[in-house]
Order: sequence, then structure tokens, then C-alpha cells
Amino acid sequence: MQHKVIDTKEVVIRFTGDSGDGMQLTGTLFADASALFGNDFSTFPDFPAEIRAPQGTISGVSGFQVNIGSGEIRTPGDLCDVLVAMNPAALKANAKWTKSTATIILDSDTFDEKGLKKAGFATEDPVKELKIEDRTIIFAAITSLTKESLKDSGLDPKAIVRSKNMFTLGMCYYMFNRPLEFTFKYIKKKFKKNPALIDANQKVLQDGFNYASNIQAIPNTYKIEPAKLKKGLYRNINGNQATAWGLLAASEKSGRPLFCGSYPITPATSILEELALHKELNAKTLQCEDEIAGICTAIGAAYTGSLAVTTTSGPGLSLKSEALGLAVMTELPLVVIDVQRGGPSTGIPTKTEQTDLNQALYGRNGECPIAVIAAHSPSHCFDAAFYSAKYAMEHMMPVMLLTEGFLGNGSEPWRIPSMKDYPEINPPILEKPDEVPFWPFKRDEERLARRWALPGTVGLEHRVGGLEKNNNGTVSSDPIVHERMVNERAEKVARLANYIPDQTVIGDESGEVLIVGWGGTYGHLYTALKELHEQGKSVSLAHFDYIFPLPKNTAEVFSKFKKIIVCELNSGQFANYLRACHQQFQYHQHNKVQGQPFTVSEIVDAVNAIL
Amino acid sequence: MKYTPQDFKSNQEVKWCPGCGDHAILASVQRAMPDICEALNYTKERFVFVSGIGCSSRFPYYMETYGFHGIHGRASAISTGVKVANPTLSVWQVTGDGDALAIGGNHFIHAIRRNIDINILLFNNQIYGLTKGQYSPTSVLGKVTKTSPYGTVEHPFNPGALVLGARGTYFARSLDVELKLTQDIMLESAKHDGTAVVEVLVNCVIFNDKTHWNLVDREHRSDRTIVLKHGEPMIFGKDRDKGLMLDGMKLKVVKLGENGITEKDLLVHDAHQENPGLHSMLIDMQYPEYPVALGVIRAVKDTTYDDNVRDQITEVRSKSPIQCMDDLLVSGATWEVE
Repeated sequence: MQHKVIDTKEVVIRFTGDSGDGMQLTGTLFADASALFGNDFSTFPDFPAEIRAPQGTISGVSGFQVNIGSGEIRTPGDLCDVLVAMNPAALKANAKWTKSTATIILDSDTFDEKGLKKAGFATEDPVKELKIEDRTIIFAAITSLTKESLKDSGLDPKAIVRSKNMFTLGMCYYMFNRPLEFTFKYIKKKFKKNPALIDANQKVLQDGFNYASNIQAIPNTYKIEPAKLKKGLYRNINGNQATAWGLLAASEKSGRPLFCGSYPITPATSILEELALHKELNAKTLQCEDEIAGICTAIGAAYTGSLAVTTTSGPGLSLKSEALGLAVMTELPLVVIDVQRGGPSTGIPTKTEQTDLNQALYGRNGECPIAVIAAHSPSHCFDAAFYSAKYAMEHMMPVMLLTEGFLGNGSEPWRIPSMKDYPEINPPILEKPDEVPFWPFKRDEERLARRWALPGTVGLEHRVGGLEKNNNGTVSSDPIVHERMVNERAEKVARLANYIPDQTVIGDESGEVLIVGWGGTYGHLYTALKELHEQGKSVSLAHFDYIFPLPKNTAEVFSKFKKIIVCELNSGQFANYLRACHQQFQYHQHNKVQGQPFTVSEIVDAVNAIL
Repeated sequence: MKYTPQDFKSNQEVKWCPGCGDHAILASVQRAMPDICEALNYTKERFVFVSGIGCSSRFPYYMETYGFHGIHGRASAISTGVKVANPTLSVWQVTGDGDALAIGGNHFIHAIRRNIDINILLFNNQIYGLTKGQYSPTSVLGKVTKTSPYGTVEHPFNPGALVLGARGTYFARSLDVELKLTQDIMLESAKHDGTAVVEVLVNCVIFNDKTHWNLVDREHRSDRTIVLKHGEPMIFGKDRDKGLMLDGMKLKVVKLGENGITEKDLLVHDAHQENPGLHSMLIDMQYPEYPVALGVIRAVKDTTYDDNVRDQITEVRSKSPIQCMDDLLVSGATWEVE
């Protein structure tokens, strides 16, 4: 076979196996090594809800896709150039994500009669059955080669077999010309208490690399030049970590201690885990007995002057609805983070969707508007969380931040910012009475925010609560007072539009078609836009971070285009919201509710269809 | 300067029904506040009264302190947030049998389990008052109410038993009409480090009048209740002639002087003992077989959640190389792009 080195700008590789096979780690290490090599990248973990579903079955297949490139990478890629499948089930579940030119690496040890049967193959030839004969299939005896590699390691047989992901990783490092040093360093750190495991993992990684270079079966290796990233110090960050750090940054800038009351829920949990790590920055985390306690402890903390946060995902947000109304009524700052997942009900917890928009906008009793902000990429979660906290505190109101499982778990390189580049946060804390009696719901004229009067302050004793009140703080069911307070609370949220940035347009400011998106679809919409530009099409993109209120120039932006197409991972929630806010425009839609991100090609097709 | 009860009265009109037991508890708490301030060197702005929903939950409006009238059942969660976020505050939660034990049961037991340093005043009138007369989780079996026209078919909770079940460190009980006892218990609760649950048996004059009458009736009160005091023998009765002894695994009511029984034979109340066995028996005592136990039944020392949080933060901060956000941002694996 003729060996070829392919010089390419972009390669997508997908690691798949049983949920116990360590594919998430393998993918992460591969991405990290690529980052160090200087490539741009984007990752997409795609895992099942079960921790360890029956071995070898389709329901237990876990995947991790990474797109690496020498240019700008904004998505984890539609279809993969290389698929690693550690068993027949992984092949069966993932063959549909491979390009027709793809190389597929299979662990031949698992492709026996039993394995094929478990995966539900009807014949003994999975390649023919899946109609993927045109792909380059490499059968490598990964399990037995790993056993052979580690036979003198002194490790028990189970631990040896568990190391087969490192063998696979070594093979991939050869194929993609990745340096091994970074992963060696990682192994040394991870197993520093167990030198035997350091030696074993390093050996098996190296043996995988050598094996791949020795066999003649691998037809292509890939060369991907480092990307031309902006100068600076970088790190790899996923969306949930960035969210947690954005909150910590807001805590530092405001001088308000961070308090997070939460209940573990997929895919939001790692925000709570990350915050729990950072006690050195005075972050208090309380893992509550339920979602309701999560938000209620946060509301209690907000009352005392903390930057209060609760994190959750769709079903948890449903449980928090009543308390969200309490935060609106008491006019306390609170950041509610919903890492959206497939719904309704328990839905598909590990998959991504944008189906909570209506719930975020409307899911409460009474006239109960709250500000809604969305993050558009893993690293943007930092800024989105920072500004959600800033606006919550400065405007004395709850702010909902919508992210998505795709963002929370996905990662990308992030040029590390400096805190001096971020604005100050000035909550309206009242240090002492400025007039007697103190009116807890007296508002400043610009923002309509009330003052934050913290328990412990002499002379500001006051009562807040869920009952309607007059501005002086006394309970009131007077019809005129109620309507006025309803209007004041709504106007306060509406006036946030005076503080958020104008909506930007990527591409020309006028033209044939405006793609409209929000949240985590940004990478796909942006990449589709580039492709459409290459095709010479008159298309632009307006991607919304600020959902409610909308930027003030929204109608002006829309008016410059002949057609508008709203693309989102739901049945049209943002499109319908826009119809309500700006009914003078006609909105085309492209929707997908499959628990999966868009592909770039479907967006290109959808736009071309209306051009 | 010593505070007076007047300093703790807000300008809000008290809107409970005339004859409601809550008035008496409000008076007891307002009287206790100056004592608490003096004993613990607190100032008024340090108090936060938190409540849920129900008649009892209007309480914060009537106190001239910081106050938070929450939503149904969630007072324990709100007060937990207040206390953990700012441990220097003195947090008082006012709740009822529906608010704390039905819709808020989960938060109630978890606050106790964590031993958050808050005081929970549980007004137990065995009925839903504000929704006008439905049975509650403490209504006796067979109780006829609007939602149980043929009598309830469910067993009630004993709040004290729940406190013990959640490994609570403090439980006290009083009657609305026992103003001085309630006032004294408030001071003891304030002194306790950890979740202090005080059950006050209270009368609902409209929907459950005289539900505790057997105990409240002045003529028989001292024969049907026993006020427990740490370190003192368990004596009760109008003539102080009855007492409690252990009879095998059970408590027994005995008469002093009969069968040669003297004060020395009686149990001596030990509120501080960790083992909840005897506390459980005392909490369970029901009239007419036993006198109902009042006073501080259990008050044991243990670490509190809020202290543990503070200690952990202090320790981590002293050891971590990360002291600010910029330190965190560049920590761990990073790479330079030239």
C-alpha cells in the first residue's frame, strides 16, 4: 500500500467505544495535545445517559468528536475523517457520522461472534452490512496488543485491558503527527502516587504509536499546520468551566462573595463542581436537597448581599419557577443558569437542545418578566456569566443565562483574558439610611433598580417577600399599586436594553438573506456563513446573545435584508418570540429537535433553499 | 442601653384573628429579644426573621427587624441561604405545621441534618388556617375537617420525632399560653449553636379551637404537662407530687411517697446527652398516659454547617497559591502562541 501524507487544513476525528472504554479522556488528551501543537480545535462529547450500560450494546456507546485545524475552527465538524470504534456497537452507532473517504480503526479483538451479536449485527460482515466498504477499514488487534505490551508490567489483567485507550491514542498520535510529550506529562501528574501506572501508560502509548508506524495498513497520515491564532497565552476551556469562572470573575469585580445553591443535574453539574473547587476565591457552594432549595438558598444569600447563583438544566428550571417569581417580586439579584438538554420531562439528558427558551421567557405565574441572556460558544460562557452577574446586581433583578449541553461539555482554545480588561461592577448597596423612613422599593430613575439594603446595616431594617408591596415596603393589594408595581418591574427589565451592546451583523449589513441564531449554534451558523460566502452568496449572520430584552437596533438590522431565516435547535421558539416582538418581518425557519447540533451542510442547504 | 420589647414591634397592624395563639408567641418573642441581645451582645440589625406561607408566616412583618416572607414550604431553604452566606446574622425562621412538615418537609429535615445555626419556631395548630380549615400533617387520626369530612385516615407526624430522626441537636416545646416559658426557651435557643427547633402548640380559634385544650386548661395544665429543666428531677403536678421513672424500656409516671418512692428515684433531665433514646421517649409522651413534655428537651453540642464552611474556606485560602482571578486564569495547563 502506498503511504500518503495528507496536508490538510482541517481534520475531524471521532473516538467511540463502550462508556467504560475511556473515550472521553482519549478525546480530551488528543485535543489538548493538538492545542499544544498550535492547532485551533473544537470538541463535542456525545455520551449516553447511562454510566455503564450493558457492555457491547448500542446504548452504552460513548463518543467524543474533535475537529482540529490550521485555520479558524468553530464547530466540532459534521462528519469525521477518522473514526475509532473500540467495539462493533460503537461502529454500528457511529458509521453514519463518517465521510465516504474516512479511515475507520477497529479493535479486531472485539469483532467476534458474541460482540457482533450484542451490537445487533445480523451477519458476520459488519462493514458490508453497514454499506461502508468504500471507507478504509483498519482492523487492529488493540486489546491483545495492549495485553502483550503490558504483560511484564505487574498490573492486574483488568487494569491492563483498561489501558487499551492509550494504545489507540498512540496510534492516532502517529496518524496525526502529534507529539507524545504532553500526554506523558499528563500521565505523570495523574498517576504520581502510582509509578507502576505511569510506566505502563507511557509504554502502551508509545507502543501504540510504534505499532501504527510499523504496520503498512495505515494508508494516510495527516499533517495539520499550526493555526494562526492571535498572539497570547491560551488554555483549553469547556463551557461549564468558563461559566463558573465568569461568575468568580464577577464576584471579584463586584466585591460580593459568590454563593451557589444547586442540585446536581446533567449537564449542568460540573459548574457546581468547578465552583466547589474555588474556596480560595471565597466561593460558597451548597449542594442542596433539591432544585427548589438550590434557588431558595441562593435567594436567601442574595438578600444578605452575596452574588447569588443557582445552576440547573430544563427539568430543574421547572422546579425553580415559583422561587424565580419570588426573586422577581423581592427584586433581588440572582443568576439562574440553565444548561439546556433534550426535553420535555427527563427527555434525553446528555443530548443538546435549545428547547427551554419559552420556559425561560414565560415559565412563571403572574406578570413576571426576567432578563434572558445566552452564551454562544464554550469560551463565551465566561463573558456571558460575567455580564449576567453584572446586570443582575446593578439592576437588582434575576437574570437567566441559557447555555446548552453542547457548550457546557464542548471545549475550545481560549485566549486568556486579564481581569483589568473587564468593567467594574457597582451594585447599588445602601450603606446607611439616606432618609427616614427607609423605602425598600424606592427606585433609581435610570435603571429603576431598588437599593440593596443588607441585613446587619443599622437603620435599614425592612421586610421583603412574595406578597405585592408598595414602594415603601408595606404589603398592599391596592389595584392601582399592584398595576404600578407590575409595570415598574417590567420596565426595569426592558431598560436593560439601554445597557447591552447593539446587535452586530457578521457579513454585509444588507443583502438577500439574514441568518438569525442564538446560543450554541453560533459555530455552525458562522461556518455555514463562510461556506455560503465562498459560494458567492449574499448572506449575513445576526447571532443573538441578548434575548430579553433584545438589542435596541434589532428591527433596524432585520430591515436591511430581503429574507430572514431563524435557525434553532427547537421547533421555532425564538422565531415565534421575534414574531411577537417585531411582527413587521417575515421569518423563515430552520429547526432541528434531534438532541444533536446542526451540521454546517444542512444550514447551507436551508439558506440556499430560500435564496 | 438595653433594648425593650417595644424596639422589636414594627409599625404594621397585626392581622391575626382575635384570640389566635400567634399573638401570645409574638409577645413572647418580642420580650425575649432584649434578653437575647444582652446575653449574646447582639444588636437589633443582626436579626433576620424568615418565614414561608401560612398564618404563622406573617410573623416577620410584625418584627422591627430584617425580615423575609418567603414562599410556601421554603423558609428553611431561604434561612439556610441567609445564614450560610452571612453567619454573623441571627436567623429566626417562623413556620407552621403545614409549611414545615408538608410542603416544606424536605427542607426542614435537611436544615436539621446539616445543623445550620438557625432557630426554627414551629407553630403547631394541627390545621391549615390560612386556607380555611383543611387537615395538616399533625392533625390527629380521624380529625374531621373540610377535606376530611369523614375523618382523616392518615397518621400524624410528631415534629420532635422528625427532629431526632434527622439527628437534630436541639428540640424544645412550649404552649402559646405559656408566655414566660416560651420567652425563656427563645433565649436558650438563641444560645444554642445549631438548628434549634421550638415547637409551640398553638390554638387556632377559628378552625381548630381548643385542639390543645387538654394541656392548656389552667385547672389541669400542671398535671398534664411537665416542664423539663436540665439537671433537675422530672417532677410535675399541681402539688409537685408526680414524677417520671424508667420502668424497663419504658417511662412510667409515679407518685412521690407511694411505694417508698422519693425524689431521688426520679429521672434527672439531661438535655445534653447525645444518645437520643430518652429524649425520644420524652418527646413521644402523650396525654392521658403521660404528661406532655415542655421546655428544652434536647440541646447537644455538635459542629454547625456554617462553622464548617467558614473553617474550610479559611484553610483552603491559607494554602492555595491562587489568590485572585488572574491567578486562576493562568493556572494549570496553558500554552503561548507567538
